[in-house]
Amino acid sequence: MPTLIKWTGQDAQAVEDPYTWVPDENHVPRGDVIVSLQRFQSEGHRLLAEGRNVGVRIEPNEQVEDLAADLPKLSVVALAFPKFLQGQAYSSARILRERYHFEGELRAVGDILREQAGFMVRCGIDAFEVADGSSPEQWRHVVGRFRHVYQRAADGREPAFVERTSFAQGAS
Amino acid sequence: MYRYDTIDKEMLADRVAEFREQCARRLSGELTEDQFKRIRLMNGLYLQLHAYMLRVAIPYGALTSSQLRKLAFIARTYDKGYGHFTTRTNLQLHWIKLKDAPDILEHLAEVGMHAIQTSGNDIRNITADPHAGANADEVDDPRIWAEALRQWSTFHPEFSFLPRKFKIALTASPKDRAATKVYDIGLRLHRNDDGELGFEVLVGGGLGRTPYLGPTIRQHLPVRHLLSYLQAILRVYNRYGRRDNIWKARIKVLVASLGAEGFAREVEAEWDTTDNALVDLPDTELARIRAGFAPRDFEKLPATSGVFEAAKKDPAFARFVRNNVKPHKIPGYAIVDVSLKKPGETPGDCSAEQMEALADLGERHSQDEIRVSYEQNLILPHVKLDDVHAVWKALDTAELATPNHGLITDIIACPGLDYCALANARAIPIAQAIALKFADPELAEKVGELGIKISGCINACGHHHVGAIGILGVDKKGEEFYQLTLGGSAEAEASLGQALGPAIAADKVADAVDHLVDAYLRERKDGERFLDTFRRTGLAPFKEAVYADAH
Repeated sequence: MPTLIKWTGQDAQAVEDPYTWVPDENHVPRGDVIVSLQRFQSEGHRLLAEGRNVGVRIEPNEQVEDLAADLPKLSVVALAFPKFLQGQAYSSARILRERYHFEGELRAVGDILREQAGFMVRCGIDAFEVADGSSPEQWRHVVGRFRHVYQRAADGREPAFVERTSFAQGAS
Repeated sequence: MYRYDTIDKEMLADRVAEFREQCARRLSGELTEDQFKRIRLMNGLYLQLHAYMLRVAIPYGALTSSQLRKLAFIARTYDKGYGHFTTRTNLQLHWIKLKDAPDILEHLAEVGMHAIQTSGNDIRNITADPHAGANADEVDDPRIWAEALRQWSTFHPEFSFLPRKFKIALTASPKDRAATKVYDIGLRLHRNDDGELGFEVLVGGGLGRTPYLGPTIRQHLPVRHLLSYLQAILRVYNRYGRRDNIWKARIKVLVASLGAEGFAREVEAEWDTTDNALVDLPDTELARIRAGFAPRDFEKLPATSGVFEAAKKDPAFARFVRNNVKPHKIPGYAIVDVSLKKPGETPGDCSAEQMEALADLGERHSQDEIRVSYEQNLILPHVKLDDVHAVWKALDTAELATPNHGLITDIIACPGLDYCALANARAIPIAQAIALKFADPELAEKVGELGIKISGCINACGHHHVGAIGILGVDKKGEEFYQLTLGGSAEAEASLGQALGPAIAADKVADAVDHLVDAYLRERKDGERFLDTFRRTGLAPFKEAVYADAH
């Protein structure tokens, strides 16, 4: 099984990936699978009824809104970054976490590089199929790089403007 | 001026540490140049024709004396002793060695400066009216809001991989000194009929291959909702902006394809689903930032100065005052424009010695402040009228007293093919040749207000579309040619220039400008500016003047 880096909130760990990504032209094998949005829309009910875990992969030009009603049934949403410059999925991730309160695994797949790790974690992505051979240690190092953040996102970190209020209260 | 607190400083320190590590990976060979490119570009480091170029951000164009001194130190120590101020109010150092880049960032961080997001498909340096805090007609200090945006946009996790770069400009005056109509987002601060502060929000302006003036998508956005509303705009753009074609990836293309109203509907729908309170800054934080820009202790002075009036007997000083000294909101003070456009020099270039001279003047005479304008000039914003003559003399010694602000020799030019890997043609020698033709200050003043803007390629870093005379370098079978446009303006009544006719060879451009000026002086009525005459007469007399020989 290929490995996956999982972010636990504090730490990065390498785990075995129980899911199989199934391109549309392939038959769906046994076990836990990730399928395309299109396949999920036609076969999703059947796949779920078979008692397995099902994930859906969203391409950059697809809208997470189309998945909204089914989110409670999904254990994984995989967000595709075909090239690292294609950043639509950062918005998709935040919408899934902050608007729809999706609590399953949000997985980044594609051109996933260490340099993006911090941004992805902040947007609520917690699993990574890394493309640059980064180790969990390296992943943890870059995610923890910045002591502060200036804005709220999906990771619950306190932004600078809140930290400053606590400083002020602490000082008074 | 706003001083970085512990949090701001630690952000910069963490960034320097990150970049040092990344550079080490490149220098050790762990990363190829191609792999490193995506990293260095997020740090404002470009590989140009001859060397690395580092673009240092100057948020809202505001510098303290110690910051400017540090830039002088860096230019002298790590570059060839000068820097280049750009139309985005950044400073470019064109001769940097990669191994020095982390040290330079560390020096910058010591004075609260950085190169964050001066490149890449992210939210770039925020620009604002360079007269902020000094001009009488502003409704608020736009730097407060620019600083709020600087922080919000820094390392924004959702908006660091946009379809394309993203530029925001702010003004709080009816007179637009920030060119807000030609940026991805232009923000115009004003009061509504109830006296409440709000932003007119313009989206989708821009120059480049397809120039647009930004349409207004909201007349009055209450100031407290600035960040949540911008998040909605950026999210719509990040999700729906084109990424298949670099020439169609700017937000202006999305806005044009949906129409301003259609785009506004998308933004409002997104904004409706946002919990604004989580995004917008609390009043306490806004008050904290505002305090950073609180007016200094201006002295109570008479509105006129005997010293100043007497000094104007010197015609050279009087000329400088006519062109480069602007009224200040506080009686007895003035705004002094410092031209980086001495005829024959490179527009926007400033030597380390000049930076230091200005830093001294800023400290002694301008409340420790120096500003950068998008016109590639510097400004001493708070000079006592009593001191203007002494400041002028010191500027003159540093060769910084060229009395040409807004005149024909005050030319905006990108670095062009002398430095830039994207350029098709040189811009600097063209600017120099034109400026030398009008080097006589009396002639320049007789011609009056006339903005010439030169870009070395269609990316339009020299803003040629909004020049009263715009000049665009093109490559014709390996030779440099130049297309002229007339009638552009980035001011409040903004307009895009109209093409004059066939492109002109490099050695004929200055003559062509000369002919255009002759035609203008013939046609001019009642002290009209070049722009006014052109708007009245249209292209015909100018076309005739330039192309008559060719018939």
